[in-house]
Amino acid sequence: MGGANGKVAVIAEMEEVGRPSRITLELLGLGRRLASPRGEVWAVVLGSGVKEACGELASRGADRVFYLDHPSLSPYNPEAWTRVLKPFLRERGEGVVLAGHTPLGQDLLPRLAFSLEAGVVTDCVGVRADEEGLLFTKPVYGGNALAGVRVTTPLALATVRSRVGEALPPTHTGEEPVPLPLDPPGETRVLVRERHRLEAAECPLEEARVVVSGGRGMGGEEGFEVLRELARTLGGAVGASRPPVDSGWAPTTCQVGITGKVVAPDLYIAVAISGSSQHLSGMADSGKIVAVNRDPEAYIFQVSDYGVVGDWREVLPAFLTKVRELVSE
Amino acid sequence: MGPHIVVLAKMVPDPEGPPSSFEVKTAEKRVVARGIPPVINPFDENALEAAIRIKERLGGTITLLSAGKNLSRAVILKAVASGADASVLLEDDSLDQALLDSRKTAALLAAALRTLDPFDLVLCGRQASDTNAGVVGLGVAELLGLPAVTLAQRVEVSDGKVVVERVLSDGYEVVECPLPALVTVSGEIGDLRYPSLQAIRAAKELPQRVLRPDDLGVDLPPSWVETVSLEPPRRERRCRLVEADSPAEAGEKLALLLREERVI
Repeated sequence: MGGANGKVAVIAEMEEVGRPSRITLELLGLGRRLASPRGEVWAVVLGSGVKEACGELASRGADRVFYLDHPSLSPYNPEAWTRVLKPFLRERGEGVVLAGHTPLGQDLLPRLAFSLEAGVVTDCVGVRADEEGLLFTKPVYGGNALAGVRVTTPLALATVRSRVGEALPPTHTGEEPVPLPLDPPGETRVLVRERHRLEAAECPLEEARVVVSGGRGMGGEEGFEVLRELARTLGGAVGASRPPVDSGWAPTTCQVGITGKVVAPDLYIAVAISGSSQHLSGMADSGKIVAVNRDPEAYIFQVSDYGVVGDWREVLPAFLTKVRELVSE
Repeated sequence: MGPHIVVLAKMVPDPEGPPSSFEVKTAEKRVVARGIPPVINPFDENALEAAIRIKERLGGTITLLSAGKNLSRAVILKAVASGADASVLLEDDSLDQALLDSRKTAALLAAALRTLDPFDLVLCGRQASDTNAGVVGLGVAELLGLPAVTLAQRVEVSDGKVVVERVLSDGYEVVECPLPALVTVSGEIGDLRYPSLQAIRAAKELPQRVLRPDDLGVDLPPSWVETVSLEPPRRERRCRLVEADSPAEAGEKLALLLREERVI
């Protein structure tokens, strides 16, 4: 069964040149847990200027780091990446390949799965090793059920959400990174032309440590101004459940939920959100969850760590003032 | 002549249905939807909307392709009436969600696509709301040797290529590839328009073909993943409710509590 022998390969992603993303470090931590004690964790990093990142990957849990530093691999091009990774993984032949459930991981791993004829499980919220191999868990039916999945091919691929793994503190520096053999990258049919970044203030939701979200009970666009103010104060981002997005009070890019963005910040503040499965499965893995809702029966309280029953119009201004005072101390 | 676009549309229980309408049968490892209607997977609806917008600009035709068991004709009719020209249903009792994995499904859809008139573009949703996997679209592309782009928030066709705005976590990138191609579509593109009653009536006259898996002459490959358990989610936490004499005081106390617990 897939992944049974403790061989783990993590597809690394960069946050900026030379710096591995948070999910990459988490996956190395997860890889260590799955591989121990006799297994081996590999990190594979492709792109431009990626050699600088190899040291950090090694110190955060990779026994071996393989890299390919080439301009044709940055930004991510699915065909160029597949061309490099397919022979590499085919040679490995077994074990598990982990990537973040990110726009890159979601795109890359299914392609590799079909070209390597290996099973893939996406959007994993849990991975553990037992006597039968690896057990992957993932939400299905809009988060109304959790499926346990096994891969029946020797090589297994999985995209994993934030916070499933835990990044390890920097320790030793491992072996020298190994350059992958570079076949001439050649022409790709898919071409990435340009990249547009949204202003940081707009919604860097997935990476935010704090997310302040509003629901139907916000009553309109004005309500979201207050949430933005609170998010700014806490250095976080603003999210929304589906109704405010449908009503045009918040942009689509803010929607948190299984059909929007999946987030797992350290702190999630849900304001006037009742807690549909759809929404919960996009944020239930957050570190701490705070709910403010007028309705004491709202389901959101059952999945929160802290709660206030009350109208946000009365609760939030005082909360914001106090938070400002506390964070400026 | 405008492009021929095929939209892959999966029928699913309405994901907006209340949690109580999804009964998780742990022993049978399946979810049974109760009292909610089937709908087209919302992301596939987004894909259909993207196709209709292309057709509005360039003309051409749209074929809706759906595979499954007991496909609701009313749901298909409504989708077709939104702006498609024909539908192809791959239907059989063996096409049961619980028996198919992404590999088998992709093999079936790829085989069905081979039987259609030559197409320029295949559009489908970024993932289905039931399996939540996002694998089948890319699998179909791989099996048919088509270039593929995922997570589109905008799709334009011009000069023999497709230009896609692909959603990223901090913005988007512009990606293009030559036709024929496959593109998976994200919700940002916008909701599917509602068809008029007149359009629904007219859609009844549009061509519809029903295929059986046997017609395709495809040997289904073995599954490569296996669902071994299915459970209701466990999300409950113990909530500490802040008690106070007024909502404002509760707000203040909440801030102090979060500081005390080192959450902020």
